[in-house]
Amino acid sequence: MKKRVLAVASGGGHWQQMMLLRPAFEGMQVFYLTTLPGLPEQFGAAPAAIVPDANRNERVATLRSALAIFLRLLRFRPHVVISTGALPGVIALALGRLVGARTIWVDSVANAEEMSMSGRLARRFAHLWLSQWAHVAKAEGAEYAGAVL
Amino acid sequence: MIFATVGTQLPFPRLIDALAALAPGLGEEIVAQTGPATPEETARWGALTLAPALTPAEFEARFAAARIVVAHAGIGTILSAKRLGRPLVLLPRRAALGEHRNDHQMATARQVAEFPGVHVAWEASDLAPLLARTDLEPASAAPSPSAEKLIARLRAFIAG
Repeated sequence: MKKRVLAVASGGGHWQQMMLLRPAFEGMQVFYLTTLPGLPEQFGAAPAAIVPDANRNERVATLRSALAIFLRLLRFRPHVVISTGALPGVIALALGRLVGARTIWVDSVANAEEMSMSGRLARRFAHLWLSQWAHVAKAEGAEYAGAVL
Repeated sequence: MIFATVGTQLPFPRLIDALAALAPGLGEEIVAQTGPATPEETARWGALTLAPALTPAEFEARFAAARIVVAHAGIGTILSAKRLGRPLVLLPRRAALGEHRNDHQMATARQVAEFPGVHVAWEASDLAPLLARTDLEPASAAPSPSAEKLIARLRAFIAG
């Protein structure tokens, strides 16, 4: 049986990094979630859906984002949830565990000094918690396994 | 055409000033995405074709058409250069000059300095010889050894 992977990345750099990680999903059944309409088509990433963006200061938007992610999790039933950030990815990892998925956080390569705030939030929900910088991984207790750069 | 970009978050006058000084000697159009500029800066940068803000499509078109892209050491810019296959010259922002909150762009520049098609100007004075070269190789879309390692780790985790 093919593994089902739910790949969650906000628009912008988070999404670009997820696209660079696509070879990791070859031969698997992938569903992409992002926050910016048009992005999946631009990169030929299908199937995909748009979820509302979430941020710490907007509770209603964050709840709507969480609901959309949860409904997708129930329909797709992923074996693995992976995110490169930001907050919608943290939500996807947390809710993904509720439906029995294994979870991966790949902290954005832009965070060369310390783990991102989203990354720190994601720590308790991530089975595999990665930084893309060896010195950051060491300081934060994360794993370093390479970088998209 | 040379395309310069400072990203969308912060201005970077040290880079634009250096390019404005080099423009007359290069005899080549320099299009510069500068972010918001003061009237005084706009006057000072008269030798450049200024584009304070660009839509993603406009940005991509100029990036893809450039002979060389000159930029701050931003992740988005480096990934775009790899994707679009353009030679990239980076001038990292420095915290000591008030150009960013910390020196993460120096760390990024050290990480990518050996990549094919990525050329780091550690000082603004390094820009002139780099821009004068006609043999700069383009950045490569191929995953770096580091990216291949990360992809292999993810595959192993997903399979396991």
